[in-house]
Amino acid sequence: MAKMHVKMTVNGKPVEALAEPRTLLIHFLREDLGLTGPHIGCDTSHCGACTVDLNGRSIKSCTVFVAQANGAELTTIEGIAGADGAPHPLQKAFREHHGLQCGFCTPGMITRAMRLLEENPNPTDAEIRNGISGNLCRCTGYQNIVKAISAAAAEMAGAREAAE
Amino acid sequence: MSGQVASAGERAEKLQGLGSARKRVEDARFTQGKGNYVDDIKMPGMLFGDFVRSPHAHARIKGINKDAALALPGVHAVLTAADLKPLNLHYMPTLAGDVQAVLAEEKVLFQGQEVAFIVADNRYVAADAVDLVEVDYEALPVVIDPLKAMADDAPVLREDLAGKTEGAHGPRRHHNHIFTWEVGDAEATGEAIGRADVVAREFISYQRVHPCPLETCGCVASMDKVNGQLTVWGTFQAPHAVRTVASLISNIPEHKIRIVSPDIGGGFGNKVGVYPGYICAIVASIVTGVPIKWVEDRIENLSATAFARDYHMTGEIAATSDGTITALKAHVIADHGAFDSCADPTRFPAGFFSICTGSYDIPVAHVTVDGVYTNKAPGGVAYRCSFRVTEASYFIERMIDVLARKLDMDPAELRLKNLIAKNRFPYTSALGWEYDSGDYDTAMKKALGAVGYDALRAEQKANREAFAKGETRSLMGIGVAFFTEIVGAGPIKNCDILGLGMFDSCEIRIHPTGSAIARLGTISQGQGHATTFAQILATEIGIPAENITIEEGDTDTAPYGLGTYGSRSTPVAGAATAMAGRKIRAKAQMIAAYLLEVHEGDLEWDIDRFQVKGAPERCKTMAEIAFASYNQAIPGLEPGLEAVSYYDPPNMTYPFGAYICVVDIDIDTGVTSIRRFYALDDCGTRINPMIIEGQVHGGLTEALAIAMGQELAYDEGGNLGQSSFLDYFLPTAVETPVWETDHTVTPSPHHPIGAKGVGESPNVGGVSAFSNAVNDAFAHLGLIHTQMPHDHWRVWKTAERLGLTA
Repeated sequence: MAKMHVKMTVNGKPVEALAEPRTLLIHFLREDLGLTGPHIGCDTSHCGACTVDLNGRSIKSCTVFVAQANGAELTTIEGIAGADGAPHPLQKAFREHHGLQCGFCTPGMITRAMRLLEENPNPTDAEIRNGISGNLCRCTGYQNIVKAISAAAAEMAGAREAAE
Repeated sequence: MSGQVASAGERAEKLQGLGSARKRVEDARFTQGKGNYVDDIKMPGMLFGDFVRSPHAHARIKGINKDAALALPGVHAVLTAADLKPLNLHYMPTLAGDVQAVLAEEKVLFQGQEVAFIVADNRYVAADAVDLVEVDYEALPVVIDPLKAMADDAPVLREDLAGKTEGAHGPRRHHNHIFTWEVGDAEATGEAIGRADVVAREFISYQRVHPCPLETCGCVASMDKVNGQLTVWGTFQAPHAVRTVASLISNIPEHKIRIVSPDIGGGFGNKVGVYPGYICAIVASIVTGVPIKWVEDRIENLSATAFARDYHMTGEIAATSDGTITALKAHVIADHGAFDSCADPTRFPAGFFSICTGSYDIPVAHVTVDGVYTNKAPGGVAYRCSFRVTEASYFIERMIDVLARKLDMDPAELRLKNLIAKNRFPYTSALGWEYDSGDYDTAMKKALGAVGYDALRAEQKANREAFAKGETRSLMGIGVAFFTEIVGAGPIKNCDILGLGMFDSCEIRIHPTGSAIARLGTISQGQGHATTFAQILATEIGIPAENITIEEGDTDTAPYGLGTYGSRSTPVAGAATAMAGRKIRAKAQMIAAYLLEVHEGDLEWDIDRFQVKGAPERCKTMAEIAFASYNQAIPGLEPGLEAVSYYDPPNMTYPFGAYICVVDIDIDTGVTSIRRFYALDDCGTRINPMIIEGQVHGGLTEALAIAMGQELAYDEGGNLGQSSFLDYFLPTAVETPVWETDHTVTPSPHHPIGAKGVGESPNVGGVSAFSNAVNDAFAHLGLIHTQMPHDHWRVWKTAERLGLTA
């Protein structure tokens, strides 16, 4: 099948590649770019394990063609740590509050939570539950995930205040 | 002497041993996207495998044309049964003593069955080729209802078993009959039921469900033809058993096979079995000489690998008029699908279903289970439970509620009246199990007190009155459940899988600088073994948990073990870890005695060191002893500090708990809101309370899913209705309530550290609590029992049947 030329920015770095237009973004990220953080859990955009950030929105990369991401700015779990490599407050909070078990949903969950906190920096528990309802977890029962996101929101708010 | 400054408390805290809410060591890689799951593996020259699957539930294969698929650029091979037959690999042995088709030969027996295996450059080309394989089918009549599988005129499903009247578990009396399993005293039970004041009878179905971990099953098989070495990385909950099975099937010597379980994205029983995909990937790697990756998609996962439950149970429970239970009888029709691939210990074709007398002192009982074939996918795994324990627990907990209705007694009161008393442990049940320890009365009363049970019942009474007057359209239900699990399989004397005794193992090496590595025969799928096993060891050998590496899952390095399922890791491998640690400590004591120039008997262990009795300032820390073991020639002792333990547990462990659920049901929509769920668990000694709570949260959420919505339902033609997450219910954060957890601690008397295992308790106890709550909401209107799952539609239908809807 004829390949097309795609260009995008992934985790702050420019990427250029040849890809079949039908290639799904998740396969391009995982197999061509070696970014295996986002996972494939369902193929039908229900589970959210493949969640990445595309132009400032959470998307499920299992149902987006790489062609649709041409020219886009993408962030995956591999790109959310600070510039100095320090873990993102969400990454710390998930560990601190036991917000993960098998780890398979975690990259998508944290990437989604990052966008959620951009959209709503101070969410209630109900808003967090609604905000992550596109991401399934089979291990934790969500309780500690909610706790972790809430704690990260508080830490980020504290950091913003300190900076002001 | 070192370490004199720190107090005993500080030293103990530094270890992060038993009881510490230690943060998980696994989390750094998982939160950064650096996990290593099987689909992350990429090898030079690797090809992809994909299956052509049957659209029919039962059909004869009249021909397979693979020409068009083979002509597609990028396709390397198309394997069918005809290719596997000369290798005698078209069928594989199952864990249950049956055989399962790897690729269908003359017939397909369930929708989604594997018919051909494509090997192609990548997953896209493989998927294209799947569509190009032409299979000519002649449809045959199907058997879907297990209750009709043994009808005289039922179609013959397993032609390969024609004339075989003796199965792996005794005589077969019908062409679709697999086994009959019986336990207990039929005569005494019949007599007790015959003379009882009250007998309650009910038919209780536990629907077919699927464990559905977020990561599907898959593997990468790589045959190194030069060295004759086969390596398979895969989603295996029991890597050593897979190695042995792979060797027996393939005739590759076992020392030439290496099985590796990398990070596993949840198991819940789904990853215990050996699936056709693994066999085909191995064969394809042998044929092509390059690594082959096979990873199933979600449709394949739900429709072809490892269903659970599908138990259809008829019960009779007898009691005196004041509510003392006198007998229990159960008959089960077990739907095993097209092949008997159930994952049970060899001598237990119905698993530990005979734990169905539950937590109650029932003098006599009798159980029969008939396994039958149907045109459904094989599997029969223990979905987050020990073998068939969830079915047994659901059965008895529903039967108790049904009896309570018959007696017009409060279900909590009936339970309290019949719970096994504390002074009866160890308790031998009517069906032969020896319960190790329990304090049920305390647990039940603590739970009732915590939720304010009497006040809840008063509130419910008011709610019912208001409902009758038309002041509300919502009904309140209270579900009470008490459960006893049987986990930690198990003693070699009665537990084996394919002849392999169900022991487990731990090997420890202490490094010269006082850190260590321990390897086990188990494999974590999210349970946090790297964190908790290090805690067990830290307490045993006085080395901080953070200085102990835990490694599992590589058969070339780990000692032989039977893997992780049935809550057996803590009861069996956890015990092996403690015992291996004690061997280390015994040698350390000899070394310390030499170094301190005292007799061994003059030393005592204190947290992280041996000290001279009465002179604690004369001591050697474990770190000092470790170094000495490598740098001193000690008379009578070999250098080094290592130990291995293979632990054959003397008994299973019996975790228990009391769960209470409160629901509010909207009669006009059938929507059930979980108002409150309180879970008290007693798993014996608690290793890491943070991880225990996490396990309980997760297990309750899976119980919620099963009770309130999950079902693999087949239509009359054998078409599966739930093959994606659109149709198969997995709760999101919105449907999932906030869980309240609590505990009591009754250690296991036979386990070295008293731990019993917890991961599966919430699923075992949870399902009953939800179901009892929904049934209870309608109890005053004459409802005795409705079948799960209690989704909105079914609940609304119940309301309609009772004449409550507008």
